[in-house]
Amino acid sequence: MKRRGVTVSNFDRRKFIKTSGVVAAASALPFPMINIRSAGAAETVKVGILHSLTGTIAIAEASVVDAEKLAIEEINKAGGVMGRQIETIVEDGASDWPTFAEKARKLLEKDKVAAIFGCYTSASRKATLPVVEKLKGLLYYPTYYEGLEQSPNILYTAQEATQSVVAAVNWLAEKKGKKFYLIGSDYIWPRTTNKLAKPTIAKAGGTVVGESYYPLGSIEFASEVNKIKAAKPDVILSTVVGGSNVAFYKQLVAAGLTGKNQTLLALAVSEEEASGIGPENLEGFLSCMGYFQSLKNPANERFVKAFKAKYGANRVTGDTLACGYTSVYLWKLAAEKAKSFDVPAVVAASAGLEFEGPEGKIKFHASNHHLYKHARIGTFRKDGQIDMIFESPLIEPNPFPKL
Amino acid sequence: MANRIAEPPPPGAATPAPRASPIALLFKLGLPILAALLLIAIPSFLGDFRLGLAAKYLCLAFPAVAIVLIWGYGGILSLGQGIFFGLGGYMMAMFLKLEAAAQDNTGSALSQFYGSNLPDFMVWNSVEALPWWWLPFHHLWFTLGAIVIIPAVVAFALAYANFRKRVGGVYFSIITLALASIMAIVIIGQQGVTGGANGITDFKTFVGIDLDTESAKRGMYFTTVVLLLLSVLAGMFIIRSGFGKVLVAIRDREDRVRFSGYDPAMFKAFIFAVGAVISAIGGAMFTMQVGLASPSLVGIVPSIEMVIYAAVGGRLSLVGAVYGALIVGYAKTTFSENFAEHWFYFIGGLFILVTMFLPQGIAGLLDRFRASRDRN
Repeated sequence: MKRRGVTVSNFDRRKFIKTSGVVAAASALPFPMINIRSAGAAETVKVGILHSLTGTIAIAEASVVDAEKLAIEEINKAGGVMGRQIETIVEDGASDWPTFAEKARKLLEKDKVAAIFGCYTSASRKATLPVVEKLKGLLYYPTYYEGLEQSPNILYTAQEATQSVVAAVNWLAEKKGKKFYLIGSDYIWPRTTNKLAKPTIAKAGGTVVGESYYPLGSIEFASEVNKIKAAKPDVILSTVVGGSNVAFYKQLVAAGLTGKNQTLLALAVSEEEASGIGPENLEGFLSCMGYFQSLKNPANERFVKAFKAKYGANRVTGDTLACGYTSVYLWKLAAEKAKSFDVPAVVAASAGLEFEGPEGKIKFHASNHHLYKHARIGTFRKDGQIDMIFESPLIEPNPFPKL
Repeated sequence: MANRIAEPPPPGAATPAPRASPIALLFKLGLPILAALLLIAIPSFLGDFRLGLAAKYLCLAFPAVAIVLIWGYGGILSLGQGIFFGLGGYMMAMFLKLEAAAQDNTGSALSQFYGSNLPDFMVWNSVEALPWWWLPFHHLWFTLGAIVIIPAVVAFALAYANFRKRVGGVYFSIITLALASIMAIVIIGQQGVTGGANGITDFKTFVGIDLDTESAKRGMYFTTVVLLLLSVLAGMFIIRSGFGKVLVAIRDREDRVRFSGYDPAMFKAFIFAVGAVISAIGGAMFTMQVGLASPSLVGIVPSIEMVIYAAVGGRLSLVGAVYGALIVGYAKTTFSENFAEHWFYFIGGLFILVTMFLPQGIAGLLDRFRASRDRN
């Protein structure tokens, strides 16, 4: 799986209020409304959104739904796709992988959606993949992940591992020092990322002075922090994910390793996680992502403004949200280019497709279903936002790198 | 769980109906009606997608049936039935994955990356050789045998060790709960050989039969139904036998049975092992039809859900357990399709309603209805 997010402010309260409203509404008009909705389907085109709205991953994943809905709303306001309004069917994967498979099947077989925007963890994608392949559906996957996959029925709209770690390591080795310490959560993404990091470090003339992995959800890093202090690395490269980051950063700062005196670059900590970790613990540490909320370009300013207007001024955007938003537009452009909603036509039209989105100009690879992307490195500010200090040129995606 | 003297007689079991009221008939014909529903009505009225869902719920009915046997009649509340469901599911997944790996085309790109041709998750976890305990799962007959024998042996050993030391009741429940949690943690932790949190996914064929064709799916559905009906039948046979009488006696007054010269530990361990085998068969069928084995089917939450299926159907009704699993599964799907963000509250409400107003589940409701008719 990918990472677990830390917090999204006000999520629970917002959800509760909405829930009470729907319960009241549901008791008033039980089922006919669903029939009405599908009756007018002639002029619309259906898409599915499949993320976890409940369960442990919902806290990170539910906000991606907001970004995808925003894009759909914008497209509908501007006249839809080829004159057809988009009809959205949201399904809950419930942080449960068999449920993801069931819901993907439902969206494709019953609702016959033209595309699904969904999945967050690698586990959910692995469960969904056989279903979309067999039913010849189309899935847009908006989360940065470990690569090593290229399904004919999936378009990957976030970074695969080579697009962040290689650029990050080269930049660190040049600017910050050659002694690396690798620490990560124990599952496929951190291990694959470090598998790519190690030869890159060696090629840049660096050394690895420590490497360790902690089970997902670990909150005890005190002995690791002592080991780090003893090894005195120039750079800590962190692939720790989710809730563990709260403990990891707090214990680092408590032991005197702060953003002022220690270089630490995290590959899985974005603005969205900042409020959970505490911006004061993050200040000065580095993050490498494909997108930051603070990016200065017209498309991003529009996106952030619209997002805050729709969902509240205290909400933040992050890499996965931007990729989810971009995915919907990429699908629209590909369908318009293909003049068809057929999956093979849309996939074929996606090859080489360009889009000017919140993360600047991006482009689909001619054949491997991934995007050319920028790797961006930034420093955490006191308010949890990130100031960009390095931007790579567009990096070619390479999901199956040769080591 | 002991010391319940005023337990009502098990509905649908040994009690002969006093009069042939329609509901009494319903109890008497519980199994034939269920068989007709599952073998004829559901497959002829449901489309392929809904039939697949029904098959999934029916797989979860296996552990529910097992829980009726061991909890309703054995008095052992197992909060770890997911262990055995998971054992069966994972053993089937190992077999299917090895078959898929042997013919996997996408594996070639991976194997160029890593230089080996193992199941995909082993490749990206840098496991270089197939672990020895995976090897026998190349063989179908070994796999099928292991799905029955391994859970039985594990369950018997575990239960006998505990009951022999007279660890029972709530303590045994806690132990099963802990074991379910441990098993999920071990599977997630040992991702190189178990697939970790991702589970084992992406199967292609079962002994050469493409799992995704309509005929294969119908075939699997009917196999599931037949195995489930056989499990219910075996459960009924056990309950009505002399063994079943002793079991119920142990449930109600274990000390008296012990003073009469029986070894309650042996009886309880045996029924626990039977429940484990039934659960494991359900797990294996689940893996085949849903297409993955995942630690999310092993841990505490799914184990407790299985108890809920049994409770909704009626703790003392084997047939009811099947309806319980069908109803809860159907409710989950319907609520979550129509109210994607809030369906958990409906399911929670359903469970609260059942435990508050239908402590004996649906079977208990019918039973009460019958009793009131008989009085009039």
